[in-house]
Amino acid sequence: MDLSFSDEQNMLRDSADRFVLENCGAENLRNTRDTEDGFSRDYWNQFAELGWLALPFSEEQGGLGGTPVDTMVLMESFGKGLVLEPFFATVILAGGVLRQLDECPLIEPLVEGGLLMSVAYAEPQSRYDLFDVATTAEKSGDGYTLNGHKAVVIHGEAADKLIVSARTSGDTRDEAGISLFLIDGDAEGVERRGYPTVDGSRAAEVILNNVQVGADALIGEEGNGLAILEKAVDEAIAALCAEAVGAMKVLVDTTVEYCKTREQFGQPISQFQVLRHRMADMMMEYEQAKSLALVAALKVHSDDPVEARKAVSGAKVQIGKSGKFVGQQAVQLHGGMGMTDELSVGHYFKRLTMIDVMLGNMDHHLKRFSKAA
Amino acid sequence: MNLEFDGEELAFQQEVREWVAEALPKDISEAVMNGTGVVKEQTIRWQKILREKGWLVPNWPVEYGGTGWTAAQKYIFANELAEAGAPALNPFGLAMCGPVIYTYGSEEQKAQHLPGILNSDIWWCQGYSEPGSGSDLASLKTQAVSDGDDYIVNGSKIWTSGAHLADWIFCLVRTSNEGKPQEGISFLLIPMDTPGIVVDPIIMIDGGHHVNQVFFTDVRVPKANRIGEENKGWTYAKFLLVNERNSIAQIGAKKRQIKRLQNLANAVGMDGATLADSTTYQEKMASAEIALNALEYSELRFLAGQQSDFAPGSEANMLKVKATELQQSMSELFLEMAAYYSLPFDGFRDMEGVNEPPVGLPEFTGGNEDFLYGRAATIYGGSNEIQKDVMMKILMSM
Repeated sequence: MDLSFSDEQNMLRDSADRFVLENCGAENLRNTRDTEDGFSRDYWNQFAELGWLALPFSEEQGGLGGTPVDTMVLMESFGKGLVLEPFFATVILAGGVLRQLDECPLIEPLVEGGLLMSVAYAEPQSRYDLFDVATTAEKSGDGYTLNGHKAVVIHGEAADKLIVSARTSGDTRDEAGISLFLIDGDAEGVERRGYPTVDGSRAAEVILNNVQVGADALIGEEGNGLAILEKAVDEAIAALCAEAVGAMKVLVDTTVEYCKTREQFGQPISQFQVLRHRMADMMMEYEQAKSLALVAALKVHSDDPVEARKAVSGAKVQIGKSGKFVGQQAVQLHGGMGMTDELSVGHYFKRLTMIDVMLGNMDHHLKRFSKAA
Repeated sequence: MNLEFDGEELAFQQEVREWVAEALPKDISEAVMNGTGVVKEQTIRWQKILREKGWLVPNWPVEYGGTGWTAAQKYIFANELAEAGAPALNPFGLAMCGPVIYTYGSEEQKAQHLPGILNSDIWWCQGYSEPGSGSDLASLKTQAVSDGDDYIVNGSKIWTSGAHLADWIFCLVRTSNEGKPQEGISFLLIPMDTPGIVVDPIIMIDGGHHVNQVFFTDVRVPKANRIGEENKGWTYAKFLLVNERNSIAQIGAKKRQIKRLQNLANAVGMDGATLADSTTYQEKMASAEIALNALEYSELRFLAGQQSDFAPGSEANMLKVKATELQQSMSELFLEMAAYYSLPFDGFRDMEGVNEPPVGLPEFTGGNEDFLYGRAATIYGGSNEIQKDVMMKILMSM
């Protein structure tokens, strides 16, 4: 057993921390959120140059052969910096599907920075059940015709290509009969309504209106797409947990610093026992979140599916609980200042709140954990 | 002892119910019920309707426009209005400055200001907090220096709700640096169009413009605008806080929130059915309703004259803490129900006047703004930490 980070991981962390400190953060978010893309294509190119887009892909696939722990290191830095670029959607979520294929010609352009992607898995009625799919894919000629409504697709509007879960057979809530399709974001019949999200990011509703795709659009086996999707989502959850840990780190640091400098009643408010204990609580929530995020990264690829599932769901529950506490208390301890758009605190709080609602909230993962045994 | 309404109370309930059904404009009740919220013009319109009926200020002394109602009648009235979707009234004139004026003001001041408050032609805001004086309000530094019959005011107030919409501001200002900080504060009324006043908007995390920073540079204010005695302003401010006991819990708004939670639970799918069908969400709703009952009946006991068994005088403080905690946990539950449909953000949309229909569930309208702005509830009006300190100060002095 060895819980130390490698030299390479430490270097990755250092360079990512430096990048986000110089380029990202709350001010960048405020300046970028109203632009057309909502992120910087220039930063994306820099991510490509730094090799970050290649990180989790195997060397055979043209990547760096990084592990989920490597991903965790990078995502933690991104969390510290409120990174807006569609790394999660493209490299983690969509990439998580592509990584499971023997061959995939999309990985090269993706890694070079020329291809943005996302995965459209949720629907208005599905809540967090990946198998709840009403979108249909009917055989038509050699290919398929897709019809349906995909909900809250992260960076769905900027995506050049989308991976969509659609039903080739069975009822809406059957686990079998789900297939994954690769479609062009601007294909005929694809209607995308993009919008800003609470945390300064972007998402889209994607309506599929008789979208025709060829047989080559099918990813994996027809009707067996759920397993691929679930594996990609579990990897994505582990990555999201790491991002949350980064955000929590900044909030604890900022809160301690603020309480040391803000004076009321003739002394720094860090002298008041109630606030000292609150900060101690924040610190402990952070450490526990960090621990389970690490466990998720270490066990997401476990041979034992129960172990993997419990690690991922357990981490997501902890992140939800800790993220809520740290985010809310950071705002509280900053007083009125914590409520402003100008200060960074509110933006980290909003990001943590939104991480909790993505890919399964606490209730969903409590259930999943308890059913995993 | 009983909780049932007697014949007279039932008749009163009926009277109020029928009147509200007829008098409350549909555009206003709809904006309240569906979560979009009301604007200043709508609040003014409703306040004028209430005033016309004589029901605008039930808690004021009858001689100043109050109704002389019993605790039960006040409770019934608030309940009926809330059920019907009546909006909250602008508190600064009606619940704060007005009571200070009729309690401590001169006859001239009452004559000058009470009519405008009562007919809603004059809109007030509250100048208390400063950048350096939040929880430690008594340390405030905005100065009012004597110059003949006037004061010259210099300084800055922050988190001033509605200052951008207000005609007048009631301010706590420093008129003496001798003795304890509380002993050098005066209560001063200032017209917002006085030269030297600048209002800077502060945008909050919900994307909304609710509060401001107000700068005073050599602002000349007649001493006749001072309420009561110089350096006694802290007493008047404390009176104002105790007075808030009647309305601080906002039970009506919370009952409406329970309804909105139920509507959302009925609309959101889960496990092939709806949230309302799931035991988990039924229990969460039950939890929220029980907490609301505890708050509501505590308020009713205090309204009926009962006091804290431990720290009499701390009732408003206790209600503020529990009410704001409940407000926040209900707004969290609202978000939780919406799941990933809480991600789309409408907050800046209102400011730009965009007319697109919102993404996702119409039952969730306003959910994000309520949740985000609701984080301030445990901070403003005296943070919940301060409220507990005050409770303990009272308790320890017993």
